[in-house]
Amino acid sequence: MTPLAGYLLLSAFLFAIGLAGALTRRNAIIVLIGIELMLNAANLNFIAFWRYGPNPEELTGIMFVIFSIAVAAAEAAVGLALIIAIYRHYKTTNMDEINSLKG
Amino acid sequence: MNLPFAIIAAVIVAAATAAMTLRNLVHSSLAVAVAFGGLALAYLYLDAQFVGLTQILVYVGAVAILIVFAVLLTRGGEPPEKCIFSATWFWGLLITVAVFATLAWCVMHSFASRRDPSDKVEVTVKQIGDALMTKFVLPLEVIGLLLTAALIGAVIIAMREEKK
Amino acid sequence: MTDSLDQIFVTLKHWLLSGLDDLLKWLEVAPPGWSMPLVSIVLSLAPILMVFPALFAITTVLERKGLGRIQNRYGPNRVGPFGFLQFAADGIKALIKEDLVPRAADKVVHFIAPVILVITAFTVYAVLPFGRNMVAADLDAGLLFFFAVGAASELAVFMAGWSSRNKYALLGAMRAIAQMVSYEIPLILSSVAVVMITGTLSLTKIVEAQSTHAGLLPDWFVFTPWGFMGFTLFMIAANAELNRSPFDLPEGESEIIAGYFIEYSGFKFALFFLSEYLSMFALSGLGITLFLGGWNAPFAALDFIPSWAWFFAKLLALIFLFIWTRGTLPRLRQDQLMNLAWKFMIPMVLVNLVAAALWHFTGPGWMRWLTSGALVVGAYMLLGKPQFESKDIGKRTYRFAD
Repeated sequence: MTPLAGYLLLSAFLFAIGLAGALTRRNAIIVLIGIELMLNAANLNFIAFWRYGPNPEELTGIMFVIFSIAVAAAEAAVGLALIIAIYRHYKTTNMDEINSLKG
Repeated sequence: MNLPFAIIAAVIVAAATAAMTLRNLVHSSLAVAVAFGGLALAYLYLDAQFVGLTQILVYVGAVAILIVFAVLLTRGGEPPEKCIFSATWFWGLLITVAVFATLAWCVMHSFASRRDPSDKVEVTVKQIGDALMTKFVLPLEVIGLLLTAALIGAVIIAMREEKK
Repeated sequence: MTDSLDQIFVTLKHWLLSGLDDLLKWLEVAPPGWSMPLVSIVLSLAPILMVFPALFAITTVLERKGLGRIQNRYGPNRVGPFGFLQFAADGIKALIKEDLVPRAADKVVHFIAPVILVITAFTVYAVLPFGRNMVAADLDAGLLFFFAVGAASELAVFMAGWSSRNKYALLGAMRAIAQMVSYEIPLILSSVAVVMITGTLSLTKIVEAQSTHAGLLPDWFVFTPWGFMGFTLFMIAANAELNRSPFDLPEGESEIIAGYFIEYSGFKFALFFLSEYLSMFALSGLGITLFLGGWNAPFAALDFIPSWAWFFAKLLALIFLFIWTRGTLPRLRQDQLMNLAWKFMIPMVLVNLVAAALWHFTGPGWMRWLTSGALVVGAYMLLGKPQFESKDIGKRTYRFAD
């Protein structure tokens, strides 16, 4: 197995475990953590492809990850603010109980 | 396969699995902080020094802190008595296994992953800064706008509503 | 002679390395390829692991003596000459004390928290240049490394507070994190001004950029309008990051007993104490590197004094400043603390960035002193003065019953 394949498999596993958390857990915060893990898996792919790509001096992979980290930070802030707002309204963060759009 | 990569991969896999399966939400968020740190090590090992350090600064220093604050503000510090998995966990797990199988099959069979590593590259912070100010200046401006909007939006959403 | 004294530690390391190499050759042992770089790293780190804990020991005594002087009492004066061996007594006491862990505590997290705190406190020293050619790891992104590792300690503070299962510990941890996150922004942004001027994140290059002399004054950044404002804001933010008085709300004894480390005793408590002082030295070292010319001598005539001696002299001066502040200023209120960060310091550092840019683009001459200085002073008059006189940040007014 080449090093690149190792990184890609690690990234695929990270994506899968994040997806599993997002799909199977009840708590909204854990769902958000799962989404963060999936974003990180994509970042790992970018860096691995940049390092083992044909022209790493182009820096495209690094730039993608820098922007992706900034977007993920914004996403985490807004997502957690939403969870806190929902908790204030429903007094729960259980995804199974938050199932109506009407307040 | 070399030893440093194996150690880093083991740390990431263990921490991510722990984050998704532990009952206590605070333990989960601490485990995910370890996973973020492991990813930063992976970036450092892949010669991406700037990205690795940014990963620690943003994820361990900010996002993990944000998550534990949210856990405490939603009274998630104590483990729940009920089942921690949702009612539709079986279908979720099925989808996950299917996704992972597809991804792994693709990785093992694609010609791209059989490529040999290129020579070691030295990326200085100056190069990254130059690229950000020339070729990637428009995305940089857009990110600045996005972060400002997210900051204002997060504050407004989380602000306590005035009692009427 | 002066050069050899200046480089004495570097020479010593090379001598030890080559001696080890000769010894191995004489023994006809072929070491594996990775072992010699490892020995080199250990030889670079060992002085850090010895010098700074020693400095910690001395500083605890000096601080108690200094505070005693400020408060018109003696301070420790029983153990050793003038009480200077007090640290040994304290250390032995901490070592042999019973290590109490609350029954309800989260044992694993409770144990890991002080360990992480001490490790991060030591790790940041890797990128600080203590003297000419004296830096353990000359990273291209050294400043980013410093802040990234420093940010990891916030999580350790949370772990300590949460795992203790004590409401005061949790309150202290929440206070500490809110404070550290708020003051991290001015701390980082005030150093960004230096990065803008020097165009590098490498701490050794930042020191090199301040090694010249312009007339009487050295080219240290503290002697520019933006650098002076940046240094002042940096030191205030550093004081808050360290949870030292007047920003010691996270451990305010009269309110929440001792904050996040209330449930720690014995050696673990000593670790908290150690990491607090280590971060104080590290942040002072960073302030010296960024604004006070690092290991450079203030005048060319004083270059015969070794560079590392200058670094430690400046370090001691900043430690004195910290002790003096602690002895002088009363503790802030929580709302004053947050108002100071968000309404005064963050706007000021943002203006300071513009002032640094003006300084850079105006070019040499008196014009840049005028423009940059006017901006900094004007911003302070507009932002700072009205707020320090209002009740948001300003002095408390007392009404006495008479």
